[in-house]
Amino acid sequence: MSKIKPRGKVPKKAAIDEIIEIKTLIRHPMHSGRMKDKDGKNIPKRIINKFLVKFNGKQVFGMDLEPSISTNPYIAFPFKAKKSGTFDFEWTDDNGEKYTMSRKMDVS
Amino acid sequence: MKQQKMKIISRRSILLLMGGVASSALFTKFAMAKPNLALQKIKEISKSKVEEVDLFLDVPEIAENGNQVKVSFDIDSPMTKDDFVRTVYLLADGNPAPNVAKFSFTTDMGVCSATTRMRLSKTQNVYLLAEYNNGKFAMTKSKVKVTIGGCGG
Repeated sequence: MSKIKPRGKVPKKAAIDEIIEIKTLIRHPMHSGRMKDKDGKNIPKRIINKFLVKFNGKQVFGMDLEPSISTNPYIAFPFKAKKSGTFDFEWTDDNGEKYTMSRKMDVS
Repeated sequence: MKQQKMKIISRRSILLLMGGVASSALFTKFAMAKPNLALQKIKEISKSKVEEVDLFLDVPEIAENGNQVKVSFDIDSPMTKDDFVRTVYLLADGNPAPNVAKFSFTTDMGVCSATTRMRLSKTQNVYLLAEYNNGKFAMTKSKVKVTIGGCGG
């Protein structure tokens, strides 16, 4: 199976009060527990169940995911730029693993 | 004698017919009850205090592949401390489970919108339920026609 890899696109620079769009994607199979493998066996449920975004340590956006979300979950959301800082993204897997990523943004 | 027999048969057939009508009525009732899972959930979350308004829910009218259906929404809100959207629920009434996603918003975001991709197993309604900070709820729905379902199996 391919490696689980988070990706994200955050503008490096933004103007004050500008509304930017942040796009994220994580490579993850999102097994809903209903799919079958080649031998007809059920693949156990394994999804990303939580996605959290913090900006300078404060939570700004969160999402709870269910099996109805597609493979390789893509999430895009807006953010109002006020000051420079760092975004911390965190995806939580059903097996307890956490995948993180951080991106910096300059606001002037 | 022969006539009597005929009579019995016809009575039996009428009974059978009535039974068939009753069972088919029951069946349609059952079939009608199933897609309301999402609506039930909405009632549960909002405690039936929900208004149907026109929120901007962007889903394709026809989805060729139910595995990757782009969903985006944009809710008109100033997103200030006194007036903002706290939570947005995404539900679908034809999937094995009605819940699709729950988004938690904060005032730092400036606007209330998001985009994601979801699975749709068949042609169905997609619901959007928004919870405001003052405890009000608003919902909207949109029908998506699905050519190839996307829930495995």
